[in-house]
Amino acid sequence: MDMKATKKKLGMKERYRILTRDLGWEPGYQSKKAIFPYVEYEGIKVHDWDKWEDPFRLTMDAYWKYQAEKERKFYAIIDAHAQNNGHLNLTDARYLSALKIFLQAISPGEYAAHKGFARIGREFPGVGTQVACQMQAIDEIRHAQTQIHAMSNYNRYYDGFHAFADARDRIWYTSVARSFFDDAMSAGPFEFMIAIGFSFEYVLTNLLFVPFMSGAAYNGDMATVTFGFSAQSDEARHMTLGLECIKFMLEQDPDNLPIVQGWIDKWFWRGFRVLGLVSTMMDYMLPKRVMSWREAWEIYGVENGGALFRDLARYGIRPPKGWDDAEQAIDHMSHQFMLGLYQWSFGTAFHSWIPSDDDMAWLSAKYPDTFDRYYRPRWAHIKKLKAAGTPFKNYGLARLCQCCQLPCVFTEPGDPTLTCHRETVYKGEKYQFCSDGCKDIFEHEPEKYIQAWLPMPALFSELGGDVAAWMDWVSLRDGADNGDYDGSRDQRHFDEWRGLATSNL
Amino acid sequence: MSTVFIALQANEETRPIIDAIEIDNPQAVVNRQPAMVKIDAPGRLVVRRETIEAQLGRAYDLQELQINLITLSGNVDEDEDTLTLSWNE
Repeated sequence: MDMKATKKKLGMKERYRILTRDLGWEPGYQSKKAIFPYVEYEGIKVHDWDKWEDPFRLTMDAYWKYQAEKERKFYAIIDAHAQNNGHLNLTDARYLSALKIFLQAISPGEYAAHKGFARIGREFPGVGTQVACQMQAIDEIRHAQTQIHAMSNYNRYYDGFHAFADARDRIWYTSVARSFFDDAMSAGPFEFMIAIGFSFEYVLTNLLFVPFMSGAAYNGDMATVTFGFSAQSDEARHMTLGLECIKFMLEQDPDNLPIVQGWIDKWFWRGFRVLGLVSTMMDYMLPKRVMSWREAWEIYGVENGGALFRDLARYGIRPPKGWDDAEQAIDHMSHQFMLGLYQWSFGTAFHSWIPSDDDMAWLSAKYPDTFDRYYRPRWAHIKKLKAAGTPFKNYGLARLCQCCQLPCVFTEPGDPTLTCHRETVYKGEKYQFCSDGCKDIFEHEPEKYIQAWLPMPALFSELGGDVAAWMDWVSLRDGADNGDYDGSRDQRHFDEWRGLATSNL
Repeated sequence: MSTVFIALQANEETRPIIDAIEIDNPQAVVNRQPAMVKIDAPGRLVVRRETIEAQLGRAYDLQELQINLITLSGNVDEDEDTLTLSWNE
């Protein structure tokens, strides 16, 4: 009897071995050194690349299947959003400022991450790592595309969305995120992995994506919830890749520890500064808020970051050097940064505003030790100036930090009444910093950071200090994209259209 | 003990998965937030294919979790039957 034996389906571990490891080969006519020229110069020693394994054991065939499913879900909702006037279901149009920052500063970062992972997928010799980096490179370009696509619907109705690519390249606050990614992309493959895969993905993206996307849901923005959660479903894999890579480096050779620790110190602080933008989005820009920046930090910073560094302590890793300064800054940063954004709002391609009485009550409940004492009086003063017809505008340009490129608006650890300012002289030139963290990073690699393109000095060197010419150059339409939300075209349109959508008049 | 967590989108597909995680991890705490569900557990959390299948009433590939996964924390180990999150302390 010739019964066909059914072939047993491959187990996950077996399938992973066949569809990743077995795709590699030993080169015959070229040396490994010639094929992978960038893998040694950072000083990381690897003895056995096969020890690296993706704990999800995701293979390319399964990857395409699940990503296609994510895309189908995504476009079903994006279509529904566009077809059903989704842009009028927002709590109010103030919410859009957060989206504009996201589009101008964060989505281009996704594209930068795509380029970086495509590169290091080629530069790492291990097959498991190559496949995982290749998947992440494709994920990141998907994120950039789906985000731009989802937000393009708002561009049909509201200001500030039309020139995100110019904003990304030229406007001052976006250079914070851009310099972060440029710094990572111009580093070696291992440092890139720590910068993006570990510090950004594992330690920090939860703070960016999770409460913020939940916030988008709270504020009726179906399009953003959809791209956010669709992207974040990939982030779980990215975080895991970042954590595995760091463990791999630490397990391969004890000499790797000090190098890895140095990168963790650097990239934690770089990432923390980028998140300054996010803190204002969470505390000020969502009309309906899910949790404060402080609460999000407790969950994803203190609790989760703490757990991570306790886990890595077995390798000799300690929490990042800037950890304590970060903790001290949490109750201040969103207020200090939002005050900065408001006073320079003539130069932002989004609106800011004076918090309402209700908003201030919420802020003082969430920040009982700091808001009423340090920040409410400043908002009250700004409110008084506005009522008197002399709104507070700061036409002096901010001093930018040479490292993180944020304006130096933050205060000294331990003294919230004193602006923090550091400087150093290198080859006869003076450089300014917002913090010890940023100064330390500069001093470790001065030749890298003296090349930084800083938007405020560039305004003078390239445009002779002409603010109107600068606005043209960054594609910012004065009186439409910028300034106070109160009295803006976005506010007027949203109120008018929502009125039309909910009545027959 | 450090907390591990897994967060899933709140939708029809994840409802039985969340039920299964609660069955397999009695120590877990389920936090329902706008559009998402975050499940915290002290030290360790296990997601079992068989329990999900019993809740779902159909065969389930654990990798399908990728579609609705938002974020997680802890060291990951996955094979065809279980996905485990844990911290080493």
